[in-house]
Amino acid sequence: MDVDGGGMSTDINNININHPLHARSKAIHQFTQQTLPACKPVLTPAWVIGTFFLMGVVFIPVGLISLHASQSVNEIVDRYDIDCVPDTFKSNKIAYIKNASTPKSCHRYLKVDKPMKAPIYIYYQLDNFYQNHRRYVKSRSEDQLLHGLRYNKTSSCEPQAFENGLPIVPCGLVAWSLFNDTYSFSRGTKKLKVERKNIAWKSDRNHKFGTQVYPFNFQNGSFIGGGKLDKTIPLSEQEDLIVWMRTAAFPSFRKLYGRIEEDLEEGDIVVVRLMNNYNTYSFGGTKMLVLSTSSWLGGNNSFLGVAYIFVGSSSILIALIFLLLHVKNPRPYGDTTYLSGNRKDISS
Amino acid sequence: MAKGGGTKAAKLIRSSLYTLANIRVKPSYKKSEARIEEISGYPRVILVNQPATLPDQDSSPPLFCTNYVSTTKYTLFNFLPIALFEQFNRVANFYFLVAAGLTFTDYAPFDWPSQVVPLALVVGFSLAKELYEDLQRHWQDMTANCQKAAVHSPSGDFEQKQWREVCVGDIVKVKKDEFFPADLLLLQSSYEDGISYVETMNLDGETNLKVKRALQDLNFSVPVDDDKATHFQDFRPTIRCENPNSNLYTFTGNLEYDGNIYPLDPAQLLLRDSKLRNTEYVYGVVVFTGNDTKVMQNTTQSPSKRSKIELQMDKIIYLLFGLLIFISIVSASGFAYFVRNLVPLWWYLIPEVPGEDFDINNFLISGLRHLVTALMLYGYLVPISLYVSIEAVKILQARFINNDLQLYDDVTGVPANARTSNLNEQLGQVDTILSDKTGTLTCNQMDFLKCSIAGCPYGKRLSEVELAAAKQINAQLESEAESADGSLTDTASLEAITITDDGNSNNNKKGAIKGFSFQDDRLQKGNWTKEPNADVILLFFRILAVCHTAIPEVSEKTGELTYEAESPDEGAFLVAAREFGFQFIKRTQNSVVVLERLSKDQEPVEKEYTILTLLDFTSKRKRMSVILRDETGQLLMFCKGADTIIFDRLASDGKMYLESTTKNLNDYGEAGLRTLALAYKKLSESEYSEWHEKFHNAKISSGSNREELMEDLSDVMERGLTLVGATAVEDKLQSGVPECIDRLALAGLKIWVLTGDKMETAINIGFSCSLLRQGMKQICIVVSAEMLAEAAKDVIKENILSQITTGLDSIKNKKEPHAAFALIIDGKTLTYALEDDMKFKFLNLAVNCASVICCRVSPKQKALVVRLVKEGTRRTTLGIGDGANDVGMIKEADIGIGISGVEGMQAVMASDFSIAQFRFLERLLIVHGHWCYKRISKMICYFFYKNITLALTLFYFEAETGFSGQMHYDDWYMLLYNVFLTSCPVLALGVLEKDICAEFCLQFPALYQQGPKNLFFDWYRIIGWLANGVYASFVIYLVNLRIFSPESFRKEGQTADMYVIGTAMFTSIIWVVNVQIFLVSHYLTRVQLHTIWGSIVVWYLIVYIYGMMPVQWSAGNIYHQLPEVLGPAYKFYLSTVFVTILCNMPYLIHISYQRCYNPEDHHILQEMKNMKKDVTDRKMWKREQVKATQETEIGLSARVDAKMRLMKGRTTRKYSSLAPNSS
Repeated sequence: MDVDGGGMSTDINNININHPLHARSKAIHQFTQQTLPACKPVLTPAWVIGTFFLMGVVFIPVGLISLHASQSVNEIVDRYDIDCVPDTFKSNKIAYIKNASTPKSCHRYLKVDKPMKAPIYIYYQLDNFYQNHRRYVKSRSEDQLLHGLRYNKTSSCEPQAFENGLPIVPCGLVAWSLFNDTYSFSRGTKKLKVERKNIAWKSDRNHKFGTQVYPFNFQNGSFIGGGKLDKTIPLSEQEDLIVWMRTAAFPSFRKLYGRIEEDLEEGDIVVVRLMNNYNTYSFGGTKMLVLSTSSWLGGNNSFLGVAYIFVGSSSILIALIFLLLHVKNPRPYGDTTYLSGNRKDISS
Repeated sequence: MAKGGGTKAAKLIRSSLYTLANIRVKPSYKKSEARIEEISGYPRVILVNQPATLPDQDSSPPLFCTNYVSTTKYTLFNFLPIALFEQFNRVANFYFLVAAGLTFTDYAPFDWPSQVVPLALVVGFSLAKELYEDLQRHWQDMTANCQKAAVHSPSGDFEQKQWREVCVGDIVKVKKDEFFPADLLLLQSSYEDGISYVETMNLDGETNLKVKRALQDLNFSVPVDDDKATHFQDFRPTIRCENPNSNLYTFTGNLEYDGNIYPLDPAQLLLRDSKLRNTEYVYGVVVFTGNDTKVMQNTTQSPSKRSKIELQMDKIIYLLFGLLIFISIVSASGFAYFVRNLVPLWWYLIPEVPGEDFDINNFLISGLRHLVTALMLYGYLVPISLYVSIEAVKILQARFINNDLQLYDDVTGVPANARTSNLNEQLGQVDTILSDKTGTLTCNQMDFLKCSIAGCPYGKRLSEVELAAAKQINAQLESEAESADGSLTDTASLEAITITDDGNSNNNKKGAIKGFSFQDDRLQKGNWTKEPNADVILLFFRILAVCHTAIPEVSEKTGELTYEAESPDEGAFLVAAREFGFQFIKRTQNSVVVLERLSKDQEPVEKEYTILTLLDFTSKRKRMSVILRDETGQLLMFCKGADTIIFDRLASDGKMYLESTTKNLNDYGEAGLRTLALAYKKLSESEYSEWHEKFHNAKISSGSNREELMEDLSDVMERGLTLVGATAVEDKLQSGVPECIDRLALAGLKIWVLTGDKMETAINIGFSCSLLRQGMKQICIVVSAEMLAEAAKDVIKENILSQITTGLDSIKNKKEPHAAFALIIDGKTLTYALEDDMKFKFLNLAVNCASVICCRVSPKQKALVVRLVKEGTRRTTLGIGDGANDVGMIKEADIGIGISGVEGMQAVMASDFSIAQFRFLERLLIVHGHWCYKRISKMICYFFYKNITLALTLFYFEAETGFSGQMHYDDWYMLLYNVFLTSCPVLALGVLEKDICAEFCLQFPALYQQGPKNLFFDWYRIIGWLANGVYASFVIYLVNLRIFSPESFRKEGQTADMYVIGTAMFTSIIWVVNVQIFLVSHYLTRVQLHTIWGSIVVWYLIVYIYGMMPVQWSAGNIYHQLPEVLGPAYKFYLSTVFVTILCNMPYLIHISYQRCYNPEDHHILQEMKNMKKDVTDRKMWKREQVKATQETEIGLSARVDAKMRLMKGRTTRKYSSLAPNSS
C-alpha cells in the first residue's frame, strides 16, 4: 500500500477511518488521488517456479483421471453406407438410394469386444454433412415449431415453406432433411429393447416443440427429402425430429438414436437390422452406427485427458527450466545493477 | 485606483519626458490633390463617427465585419453534418456505418441490433462530447463579446455597449486598466499631449509598458467631463488605411480632417486585448473589428490534436482492416469454391433453388456477395468500442489530473485542468519543452537583491538559483563524503555547507517588501554613512531615486506610495531607494522631488532636482540618463544602463571600481540576476548649454536624419562617465522553477525558452533557471542592426549561415567531454533562420545545443519554431505559456499547456492542459504522463488482442461450415462482448493501472524515457499482442472442437450441437481474456479485481438469464442451455480451465522470463518497493536515484556537476602540488 501523503490532504488523511462515513470519504479520496490500496503481484522466481510446478501437480492427476474415464468407455463403430448397398448397385449408389422400389433393408453383425454396461447409447454418425451451413441453419421457424399453423410468417423456412400453396409443418430444410435410417437390434434370437424416448433435451420437448402441433403437408411435394413424420403424433413427441433439429456444429457429427438398456457381454454378437433410407451417397458422405457406453465425462474421447497430462508435464518441465536458470544464473531480487542507468555504465 | 495621484500625474505633459523614443513627426498637412491621390491607394476607408449604415453610394460600400468574435468549431446549423462527417471520417466508424446499413439487408450474418446499437452508442457519445466542448468555447466567446465598452452615440453621450456591437468608425472611450474592445486609433488621452501607456503582454509577452501617442495637432481640447464629449459630435474625419493583416508592428494610413491629411503610424494604434495602463482614459476610433483585429489575425485555427499513440493505433486499425479484407477474401473464395464444386451435390440444401445467399449457376456472383457478408462477419476484428472506451478512459484520466491535490495551487486556488482529454498519454512522450518566459518561468516581479557600490558587493541574501544549487551541492557532497574518497572533498563540502546555512537563515525573513529582498546591515538603517565610501553610496542612492521615468501614486485606501513605472526593474529600484532612505515622492513637469534621510536620527529632507533633459531608455541604446541640476546648482548627469554599454563610456578617471565591479557583476550574472551599471558625470554650465543648444536644434529640425542626429548628440553627452556601482535585480522565478527544470532535464527532456523579451533578460533567466551556466559556450546568432537595415537579404542570410556553420563546427570539435553549448538567437535573425532553405541547418545546430533561447520572438515566430522542432525532429513537443502571445505556440505544439491564474485567459483557452504553476509540469509529465502513456498503450494492445481472439474463432468456424457465414455464437454474445462483457476490466486498467507509484516516478525520472522512446507501444510489442491473440483464438477453437465433438460430452449420452459448442467456446474466451488482463495489470485495486471477476460472473448470469427467457425472445438457440445442457457436464468446466491456462501460458512464461533475466526498470523498482528498500537502505536508494537520470547539460544538477568538477580539479591540483613537498 502506498499512500502518497499530499501536504494539502492532511485534513482528509487524519479522519478517523473507523467511522463508516469517513471510511467512505477516505476511499473516495484515495480513488481521486489514485492511492487506492492494491495488491501488486511481483513474479519472483520462486513464484514462477511454484506456479508452474503447482499447475503440473494439479493437471497431471486430472489428466490421468479424465483419461481413465474416457478409456473406460467402450464403443463399437460400424460404417455401413457402402456395405449396405447391394452389389448390383455398387457402381451407382445414387440410383439405388433414389429408387423407392429397391430393397433398403440390411443386416449388420457387431461383435462386442469388451463388456458394455447399460445404458448403451446408440448413435448414428454422419460425415461430410453440412448441418451447419448457413442456408440450412436458417431454414426453420422456432415459432412455427411451437405454435404450428397459427404462425404463418415462415419466410425463413424457404425453400421449404410452402408446398402446393399450403404451409408445411414443420417447415424448413432441417426438418425436411430428417434422417430416416432405422435400426433394430437383437442378440442371438432375442430382440434387444431399444428405448427411443428421452433422447432429446427436456426443455426442447416441453417448451420448444408444440404439444398441439401436428405435422401438416410434410414431405408431400415432388421433392422428397428425408424421413416422414407420423401425422398423429405432436411434434413435442417426435424426438427423432427434435434431436435432428439441433443442428450439429461440424460436418462430422453424431446424434443420439436411442438406448439399449441391457448389458452386453464380451463376445456377444449384436445383429442390427437397419433400413438404409438416407441419401448420403449424393454428396459423398458416410454413415456409421455407433454403440457406446458413457462415463462421467461422456463418450470415448481421450483428448481432454491427454491434453491435461501434456500441459501438466510441460508445466513441470518449464518449472524445472526456470529452476535451473535461477540456480545457474540467479538475479538477486531488486538488484539495482539491472537498472538501465547502471547498465548504461557497464556498456559504455 | 488612486484618483488623486492619477489626476495630478495627468497634468504632466508626458511627452516632455521622452526625448528620443517618441519623437514627434511633424506632419506635413498641406492639402494637395496629388497627395490625396497618392494616398487614396489605401484600400480601407473608414468614415469616423458615422454609423456604418451610411456608406458612400458611389464607391462600393465598405463592409466591415462585426466585432463579434467566435472561436467555436461549429454553428447551430452545421454541427450535425460537420460533427457526423468528422466521426465517419474515422475509417473504423465509416466501416461500421456501412456495416450497420447492410445489417438491414440479407447479406448480414446477424440481426441489425448487434451492429446498430454499438455504433449508435459510440457515435452518440463522441457527438455529445464534441457538443459539450464547443458549447464551452461558445460560452467563453460570449463572455468576451458581452463585455461593456463606452461608445460615442450620435447624441454626443458615451453609451455602454457590448463589445460585439462596436462598429468600425465608432469612437470609444477606454478607462484605465480596461482592455481595448477592438483595434483603435488613438485620438486623445487624459494627458494633454495624447500620450498613453499600453500593456501588450497578451500580444507579445513584453512586460514593459508601451507608449502610444495620439495624432498631434488635431484640434481638440481635452474633454473635462467624464462621460460627455460633445466635441466629438462634429468630428467626422475619414481614415484610409491598410487592409487587416497579422503584423503587430506595422500600420499605415492617413486621416483626413478639416481638409488636412495626417499620416498614421503604429504608434497610434491600440490593439485589441492589450490593456490601458497609467492613463486615466483614452478616446479612440475603431479601425479594425472582430476577426480583422491584429490579435485575431494572429490566431491560428486551433488544430485538432491527436496523440502519437492514436495515430499509431490508426495504423494498427489499418493493419486489422488488411487482415479483415484478407480473411474475407479467403472466405469468399472458399465460398465460391464450395458453391461451384460441392454445394450442388448437397441435396439437403435444395441447391437448385437460388436463394438470397447463393446461386449454384453463378458461383462468382455468390462469392462476391459473400464477400460483403464476410466483411461484416469479421468486423469484430476491428474493435468498435475501442474509440469510445479510450475516450471514456481519457475523460476519467483527465478527471484524475483535475483532482490531483498536488497539482492544486493553494495560493491562487486554481487546480490543474485537462481541457482536452485526448492527449493524456502524449504527456508521457514529450521530448522537447518550449517555454515562454514571462509569467511562465518568472512571476514578472523584480526584487532588488544585491548591489555593488564602489566595487564593494552588498547584499547577503542568496538568489534562488544560488540557494538551490548550494543545497544540491551539499546533498551531493554529503553522499560522496559517505562514500570512500571523503578526504578529497572535505574542504569543498565545508565551503558549501557554510553557503547553505547562510542562505537558509536569510530565507526565513524573506518576502517583507514587494520588490525588495535586499539584506545587508551595512547599508540598511542608515548604517551606510559609516561605510568607507559613503559619498559614493549616497550618489548611488540618488541615481536610483532620480534616474527614471516613473510617477508616484498615492493609494487612496492605505495612503501608501506606489510607483507606476514602465518596467518592473525601475519599480524595484525606486522601492530600494525608498528603503535606503531616498523616497521619490513627486514628479512635476521638470523636476523630481525626493525625500532624503541621510542618517538614522535625522529627519528626512525634501530635495528637489530640476530635470533638464531626459534621454530615455530604448532597447537599442540600452541606457538612460537624466541631466539635472541639484539644489546647490550643480549640473549632473546620472546614467544607468547595461554594464557593457556603460563600461565603454567611462572616463579614464572614472574606472576606479571597474575591475572589482566587473567581478561582482560576473557573480551576479552567474547567480541569475539582472544587472545594470550606474554612473554619473559632472557637467559645467557652459558644456551643457553648448550641448543643449545643439540638441534642441536637432530636436526641432525636420530633416530626415533628425533621429540620427539626436542619437549622435546624446551619445556625445553620455561619455566620460564615472562608474558608481551596479545593481542586481532578481527577476523572481515562479516557485520551484529551477528544481522543476532540473528534474525535467534529468528525465531527458530538452527545454527551449522562447521569449518576447530582450536578449539580456532572456540570458539572465537562462542563468537563473540553470539553462545556462558559467563555462557553457554560448553561441549567439545575431545580425547587427546596421546590417539588417542596410545589407541585402542574401548577404544577411549568408552571414547567418556562416554563424550557424561555425557553431556546428565548434560543437563537432569540442575537446572537453563535458563542454556544453547554448544557442541564443534573436527574433530578427530567426526570421531568416526559419526560412525554408536554412531552417534545418538551424535546427541541426539547435538540437546539438544543450539549451536554446530565442529572444524577441513574435507570437507567430514562436509557433514557427515549434513547428520546426515538431516537423524537423518528429519528436513530441510541448508548448507552455501564459499570455496571448503564446497562443500560437500552444496551438502548434503537440501539447499546449497554459499557465492559469496570472494574466489573461487566452493561453488557457487555447491550451490542452492548464496548470497554475510551471513547477506542476514535473508531476503532470513524469507522473500523470507516464501513467497515462502506459495505461493507454496497454489498453490498446489488450483491446486488439481480445478482438482478434474473438473474431478469429468466427473465421475458423466459418471455414468448417463451407464458408457459408454461419456463426456458432448467439448474436447477443457478440453484441455484449465489446459493450459489456469485456469492457469494464479494460476500462479499469486504463484508468487505474500504474506500474510505479507517483513517488518513485519522481525519484527515478529516467523512467520517463520509456515514453519518448515508446517502449510500450512499438511494433514489436503490438505484433506480439496480435500474435498472442491469434494463438489464443487457435487454442480456444481447436481444443473446444476436439473436446466436444463428435462424442457425447456428458454422462447422459447427448451430443453437443452448434450452440452448445458456441457457448462453451465463448465461455473460454471470456475466461481467457479476463485472466489475461489480470496478468497484464501490475496494480490490482479492488476495482480491478471486482471488474475482472465480475465480468466472468456476469457472463454466466447472462447465459443463465437469457436462456431462461421465453423461447420467442431468445430465438431458442440457448434455451435452458446453461442449467440443463452445459451446467451438469463436467467437460464444460474442465475445458474452460484447460483452455484458460493453455492460452495464457505463453504470456506467463514470457513475462516471467523477462522479469527474471531481462528486467526493465519498472520491474526492479517494483521489487525494491516490495522489499521496502527505500526505507531500509536509504543510502543505496539515494545513490540509485542519482544514477537513474538521463545525461543532461542543463539544469541545476548539471551546474552542480560542473562546479564539482571544477572544485575537484582545484583540490587535486592543490594536493598534487603539495605532494612533492611532503615527500
